[in-house]
Amino acid sequence: MSLGKTEVEYISRLTQIEVREDAVDGVAEKLSNIIDLFAQMEAVDTQNVLPMAHPLDAVQRLRPDVVTEVDQHEKLQAIAPAAAEAHYLVPQVIE
Amino acid sequence: MSWEVVIGLEIHAQLTTKSKIFSGASTAYGAAPNSQACPIDIGMPGMLPVLNQAVIGKSILLGLALDAEIGKRSVFDRKNYFYPDLPKGYQTTQFEFPIVGQGKLEIELEDGTKKVIGVTRAHLEEDAGKSVHGLEQGQTGVDLNRAGTPLLEIVSDPDMSSAKEAVAYAKKMHELVQYLGICDGNMQEGSFRVDSNVSVRRPGEPLGTRAELKNINSFRFIEKAIEIEIERQIELIESGGTVVQETRLYDAENDTTRSMRTKEDANDYRYFPCPDLLPVIITDEDIEAVRTTMPELPDAKRTRFVAEFGLSDYDATVLTGSRAMAEFFESVVGLTKEKDVKLCANWMTSGFSAALNRDGLSVTESPVSAEMLAGMIERILDNSISGKIAKQVFEAMWQGEGTADQIIESRGLKQITDTGVIEALVDEVLANNLEQVEAYKAGQTKMLGYFVGQIMKASGGQANPGQVNKMLVAKLK
Repeated sequence: MSLGKTEVEYISRLTQIEVREDAVDGVAEKLSNIIDLFAQMEAVDTQNVLPMAHPLDAVQRLRPDVVTEVDQHEKLQAIAPAAAEAHYLVPQVIE
Repeated sequence: MSWEVVIGLEIHAQLTTKSKIFSGASTAYGAAPNSQACPIDIGMPGMLPVLNQAVIGKSILLGLALDAEIGKRSVFDRKNYFYPDLPKGYQTTQFEFPIVGQGKLEIELEDGTKKVIGVTRAHLEEDAGKSVHGLEQGQTGVDLNRAGTPLLEIVSDPDMSSAKEAVAYAKKMHELVQYLGICDGNMQEGSFRVDSNVSVRRPGEPLGTRAELKNINSFRFIEKAIEIEIERQIELIESGGTVVQETRLYDAENDTTRSMRTKEDANDYRYFPCPDLLPVIITDEDIEAVRTTMPELPDAKRTRFVAEFGLSDYDATVLTGSRAMAEFFESVVGLTKEKDVKLCANWMTSGFSAALNRDGLSVTESPVSAEMLAGMIERILDNSISGKIAKQVFEAMWQGEGTADQIIESRGLKQITDTGVIEALVDEVLANNLEQVEAYKAGQTKMLGYFVGQIMKASGGQANPGQVNKMLVAKLK
């Protein structure tokens, strides 16, 4: 399967990763190769194989429901790009 | 040609935990901005989430109540999207292996018909933060206190075919999660949020395109919003248009829905298992341990109230309206030595409920405790006070004047049962109403009520009405 310019632009928008105009063809070819690899893998029979949730064969540890964190917003906001009235500031979002 | 309506609901129930789903930050409502958002919640690099064990038990409890399969191997996934209130760039949620599988919930409609609604699944996830506008020109403020708050998203099958059914289901689920004690159900604070997926189709045809109605915080508005949306879709199709898959907001002021964003990219959340979290394994022993903590559920309680206490269906429904109400009622009944369940039920459904409504209080906030109400009912039963005087006593208890006994004592409200005193009152009233006495003796027996009224008035409402009646009849012979 081969991806074209349209697909690359679409994926670029979804991933929020900018692809320069002169790099589109190269990216399209690389992505197509990756998808071809998936196509090859599809040939494997996975009917009775449980999808892998984690590479480690271990079980999630749980913690008791206790409040252990204290208010550190001043320290955390000191390293934020912008903050005001205890809020983190980001470029305006319009619904 | 007729239309068929198809509705499915997604309900987000905030779980009643002290700390967040993956961090030890507090979940208390209304705190100062970002005072409860720790490095894990704000997505600092290198932070590792650790799952809160309380959310597991609460999810299993709901699963058991819905007669659902419990996911014995439950997996967390990342749902990727970009929005400032989601600092990690993904929401940790569950996709392929949710903690609660297929279950069901029976609803009852206004006309008494029952219907079973399928519950597709319920999965655990974290809430996002909150955007605040207008702090600085051209900027949006972000408060991440809510980020990481544990939610259980309960997804129904598309089994509802009217706005009324959808609301009946939402209300039933709302009652259930509160009975189970897994969610406080506070819709104003966003602890219980209902999103409705609405579509229409011609009978027999495949499902139509759905629109999602989000962020509606009252049952009344949910019903109105769905009705308006059904009308909009039918009109749109009948005039040659097509419904697009999108999220719509309900505008209560203008009673319309309007488009918020299209969901054409919905398949692009790029879900994948979260590498920071391992699968959660739930054993049969875990499930059985939770089962032993299962409280009596609303339907069972209603049936028992009718069978055990001989209450009417109506009273049983009102008294089981919330778990707190039902428990209060049972305490009152348990605390009165001489059992008069009907009298306890009447006081709960009238005086007590009316006072709560009047002052906008919940059962747990009532200034009159179950002990106090039971104490007052005892005084009615042992004839210390009449039902009428009891209303005064109740109001005084409500205003914090003490227990029924203290109020009866301090206000001198004890019923007059002394035969000598009552006889004097009867004699006085009869002597002052000679004409009426003649009329009574001439056959106008309804005069009796007049005499009783006069005597009660003369006693300041405190004479025992039964004794007054008896003595009057004897004297008038």
